[in-house]
Amino acid sequence: MASLDDLKKRIASVKSTQKITKAMKMVAAAKLRRAQESAEKGRPYSEKMNNIILNLSDGISDKENAPKLLSGSGNDKIHLCVIMTSDRGLCGGFNSNIIKKAKSYFAKLLKEGKNLKIITVGSKGNDQLKRAYGEKIIENISFKDSKHANYFDADKVGKIVIEKFNKEEFDVCTIFYNQFKNVITQIPQAQQIIPLKVENSVEDKSEDSYEFEPEEDEILGNLLPKNISTQIFKAMLENSASEQGSRMSAMDNATRNAGEMVDKLTIEYNRSRQAAITKELIEIISGAESL
Amino acid sequence: MSEEFKIEIINPEKYFLSKEDATEVIIPAFEGEMGILKDHISIISFLKPGIITINAKSGEDKFYVEDGIVEFKNNNLSVLTSSIFNLKEIEKNKLQDLLKKAEEEANKDEINDQAKYLADQKIEVLRSLN
Repeated sequence: MASLDDLKKRIASVKSTQKITKAMKMVAAAKLRRAQESAEKGRPYSEKMNNIILNLSDGISDKENAPKLLSGSGNDKIHLCVIMTSDRGLCGGFNSNIIKKAKSYFAKLLKEGKNLKIITVGSKGNDQLKRAYGEKIIENISFKDSKHANYFDADKVGKIVIEKFNKEEFDVCTIFYNQFKNVITQIPQAQQIIPLKVENSVEDKSEDSYEFEPEEDEILGNLLPKNISTQIFKAMLENSASEQGSRMSAMDNATRNAGEMVDKLTIEYNRSRQAAITKELIEIISGAESL
Repeated sequence: MSEEFKIEIINPEKYFLSKEDATEVIIPAFEGEMGILKDHISIISFLKPGIITINAKSGEDKFYVEDGIVEFKNNNLSVLTSSIFNLKEIEKNKLQDLLKKAEEEANKDEINDQAKYLADQKIEVLRSLN
């Protein structure tokens, strides 16, 4: 059995770890509120954007000449995956969930004989994928310096993706991120952004036709690149809310576990203290008896 | 019948502005300025750098935008833009910064015609503001 002193030291160290996890939980909770708010505020923009694109692509008469970002390059050989993860650790299964989802998708692609290229956003994803898919990673982008997810950063990623598409470096682009449902549940998502899959939302279909100025395809040509950035931005917002939520629950668990451990150690400490006292008493009594 | 319609300006981060009582909105559409009144036909267009003027019952507002999409439908005007500034709130040196950036962009060597046109537009509008 460990000595009393050792036990005392362990209890103290678990307690101070608990303090840290507790503080991290508080910080995550405060950040979560902000991140959640901005994720909610950002939704109307991407929804509206989606609606307009839906109306536009309905209006396009000749699908043959539709912009490539909408219709695709005609091939399905090279897949680009944008993996969006966090820059910081200690957030539970947040990063590994995305990676797991991405890896199963990679395996499927490689089995089908497709070519794979990876862009990682956030350093944690890069760390985890480096070993298995190191040679596939063509770029790693990290926004360690910016405190909040902002559109400017998303636009940077979007521009890189579009530039590569225009150079015909890939045919299909998918982004991976965690969708924020609530504090305990984050759903890893794979969303294809090139060629764009327009989701048919029936409610906002307009019967009346639009007037376009300039022509439809010109507007689409201008709008689609923006939409890519918008989708990436949306993913970033969802991700940052998910990250904080996941960190909060992970740290909550850690705090609770630390509490349990302190209890267990304290009992052990008391027991061995009692044992030492009893032992001493026995020694004294048997010493007295032998006299 | 009232002559008012609803306008919303949304940027990626939040609802920038929402007004129920707009009477006339002038937007810098890509092919020229466009005034929108109530019961305008449904239209989708995009913006070039310029000034959005909103005349509403509750007063007049002016905004500087660099890009964006407008959609008008059922007396609902939505403006989606990633860079917008209220002219009342924006500071002089911020305008100077924007102008400087635009000028740098316009003077780049490898610039296509459209980007050049947009940058020139920016410079023109920003100069008139300063």
